[in-house]
Amino acid sequence: MKKIKVNKNKYTVIMVVNIMVVIFIWYLLSDVFKVFRNGMLPGPVDIVKTFIYKLTNTAPGGNTLGGHIAASMIVVVTGYIIGVGVGLPVGILMAWYKPIDYLVRPVFDFLRCIPGLAWIPVITVWLGIDLKAKAMIIFISVFVGIVVNVYSGIKQTDEVKIWVAQIFGASRWEVLKRVALPSALPYIFTGLKVSLGMAWLGIIAAELLAAQSGLGYMIMVARNFGRADLVIVGMLTIGLIGAFLTWIIELIEKKFVKGRR
Amino acid sequence: MSKILEINNISKTFTNDDATNSKEVLTNVTFSVEENEMVVVFGPGQCGKTTLLNIIAGLEKPTTGDVKINCKEVTAPGPDRAVVFQNIMLFPWLTAYQNVEYSMKIRNFDKAERAKEAMKYLDLVGLNGFEQSYPVKLSGGMKQRVGIARAYCTKPDVMLMDEPFGALDAQTRYLMQDELLRISNTEKRTVVFITNNIEEALYVADRIIVMTDCPSTVMEEVIIDMPHPRERTDQKFLQLRKEISAMVNRRR
Repeated sequence: MKKIKVNKNKYTVIMVVNIMVVIFIWYLLSDVFKVFRNGMLPGPVDIVKTFIYKLTNTAPGGNTLGGHIAASMIVVVTGYIIGVGVGLPVGILMAWYKPIDYLVRPVFDFLRCIPGLAWIPVITVWLGIDLKAKAMIIFISVFVGIVVNVYSGIKQTDEVKIWVAQIFGASRWEVLKRVALPSALPYIFTGLKVSLGMAWLGIIAAELLAAQSGLGYMIMVARNFGRADLVIVGMLTIGLIGAFLTWIIELIEKKFVKGRR
Repeated sequence: MSKILEINNISKTFTNDDATNSKEVLTNVTFSVEENEMVVVFGPGQCGKTTLLNIIAGLEKPTTGDVKINCKEVTAPGPDRAVVFQNIMLFPWLTAYQNVEYSMKIRNFDKAERAKEAMKYLDLVGLNGFEQSYPVKLSGGMKQRVGIARAYCTKPDVMLMDEPFGALDAQTRYLMQDELLRISNTEKRTVVFITNNIEEALYVADRIIVMTDCPSTVMEEVIIDMPHPRERTDQKFLQLRKEISAMVNRRR
């Protein structure tokens, strides 16, 4: 037990050192050697300054950093929740009931090959550029990611484990509830994490093309103003929020997925 | 004694999907099992034994023939025929206790009764103190104990054991054979036990059904009337071992 703890601390040290090395190299390239001319690669200190400045100032882009984050988050969360909420049952039904599988899969296999981002033009034509439209783009990406993972998770359920439950007299529904779903749970969480990444990809792309606020929009405006520092602040913010949300999902995963090594 | 399980003329041929290839693994298998008897199905090689057990369990259908339990024909798996599988197949997301309790949960027993029964059988297989452990934390022998407790807990008429100790190391295997005898002495059950290990068969069996190699059929039934505990180096034990081995080898 003690040994594991020492190892964990060691990994934390490695992680911190790693991040510091990256920041230091960044500092060397930008502030010491100035590899890019006229401020196209601002150093870490400038980025922190811009970050703090942007927390309270709206220019450029018409919103504070918090405002942009909120605008993006509400779209991501809406699209994500609906995508998961629809994707989970669809994936489960497809994997568990053959007729539904045969009915849905040909269409699904075709649609899943169209990247979520390819929907942006047509959806902006149909629905405009408001929350509804962007949430729809997120929904499509998340839905596909969830269905694929839930489906394969349930499909890989060990046949003998299903037998065990059948021997105990479990009905088909109970086998699904008590065997197939628990054993698919690790796959489902992989799906949740992968689609979270897709959701962020979708929102940034959508905002770069068509939006009036949000992190993607902020990055685009900053680019037009030649504000490399603000572009990088936007990128780092996206990274941090993504990492934070993944961390939350992993916490939930630890609580729900039992008996793993 | 009454016949509890009857296997009548079972044959099984596997055919691949496009019917171009078929393999007969069982042919005209007939034997019966009496109540509280420990019957060992012993056969060399990899042919047919697990299929036979799956057919008795109702997990696979025979090509011809039928299986009767308490004079009723087997058509589907059910709790009257609990199976201890070769690779155990505990549910990794449940603790030892929850795995044992599982079958009662499915049949809607109330919580107090589930707890009482589960603890009783965990105790019987010698796992007190490990109730809350997940299978990853248990050794192979302990997992198989959970598997046995889980099967006992369903109160089956017949316990079907498919090479239950095949994956264990030699020492643990001996230990588990003793444990199996101790457990089935404490609470009598009818057991059909499959193995390809002649020593194991002789150590636990009341009767050995000797099978031929592919396609399998019953070659000989040998009643083992040696008292327990048996000594593996006993003269009679060695003699029987020699005879049955010769029987099997002759026919290969």
